[in-house]
Amino acid sequence: MSENKVVRIRARNMADDALFEFLHMEIVAHMYKEQVTREDIDKERVTCVSTLELMGFRVGQGLIERFTKDCPTFKDDLDVMKFLCKDFWSMIFKKQIDNLRTNHQGTYVLQDNKFALLTQFSSGKQYLEEAPKYLAFSCGLIRGALSNLGLESVVTAEVSLMPSCKFQVVIQKL
Amino acid sequence: MSRQSNRATDNKKMNSELFTLTYGALVTQLCKDYENDEEVNKQLDKMGYNIGVRLIEDFLARSSVGRCHDFRETADVIAKVAFKMYLGITPSVTNWSPAGDEFSLILESNPLVDFVELPDNHSNLVYSNLLCGVLRGALEMVQMAVDVRFSQDTLRGDNVTEIRMKFIKRIEENLPAGDE
Repeated sequence: MSENKVVRIRARNMADDALFEFLHMEIVAHMYKEQVTREDIDKERVTCVSTLELMGFRVGQGLIERFTKDCPTFKDDLDVMKFLCKDFWSMIFKKQIDNLRTNHQGTYVLQDNKFALLTQFSSGKQYLEEAPKYLAFSCGLIRGALSNLGLESVVTAEVSLMPSCKFQVVIQKL
Repeated sequence: MSRQSNRATDNKKMNSELFTLTYGALVTQLCKDYENDEEVNKQLDKMGYNIGVRLIEDFLARSSVGRCHDFRETADVIAKVAFKMYLGITPSVTNWSPAGDEFSLILESNPLVDFVELPDNHSNLVYSNLLCGVLRGALEMVQMAVDVRFSQDTLRGDNVTEIRMKFIKRIEENLPAGDE
């Protein structure tokens, strides 16, 4: 029975990109709509972002578990980050991170010049203030993936010109 | 290097896991936010509807499917083209009503539920209810009012997953004068 199931999952082609993108937009919209009825505006922003981030975190954890099930262990933190930028990113967004920088003290900056979840919005500064909502989930995704690879981190995102986006990862020393 | 080469293969398959897991995270969150399963079902349907009204454009643009002449043709397009394109599965179309206004889609496997087990206290939850909303929303945009619901679900112990679709009416087009 369980073997049968594995075969079935392998054979399945895919869920289309568009489906994920629409679902993501709808999740963001839903979270914000739900919160509008509550009063305190600043507080509400924070809850939305952290809810989305937490959802992403869970998904990241699940994904990394499946992606790394037959790959050897990593040498060090940098090796993990490289894996994240190349393999993990291409598996979920069909492209690699364009630029990875680090200060060698636990801070990494991942730059994606054409981030999939922003390309539909604009190429420039229009709707810039809306961008953070659409990045919270992805920040969580990264944090969740790292967490299951043994690295606790804080991940934030920054956009100065769409659809380019920078994720800053700060590894927390235990 | 060898590590990379064997990982880079079939990234398409992986993407479906992203969708499945994200959907799971959404349902989990809704179950936390709302008191009862009925309300969660309603929200999922509503969100699905919003997706459907947009997804239809993507679908029509990419599939070059024209207007359907009857409900049977609609059923075929949904099962063989749309489900195939977006979820990679082809449900079978069965149980036509004598009047031809009602049919069932039988899903052998449902990609939304790949890693899911329903806990006992959520017996009324229709986990994949988003799909109903998507179908309803998409069809509404091509002038068809349709009632969509799950009548069987493997998650709830049935042998197959069955989506029942009932044609209600054709929505009249209200085009502004002079507009074709």
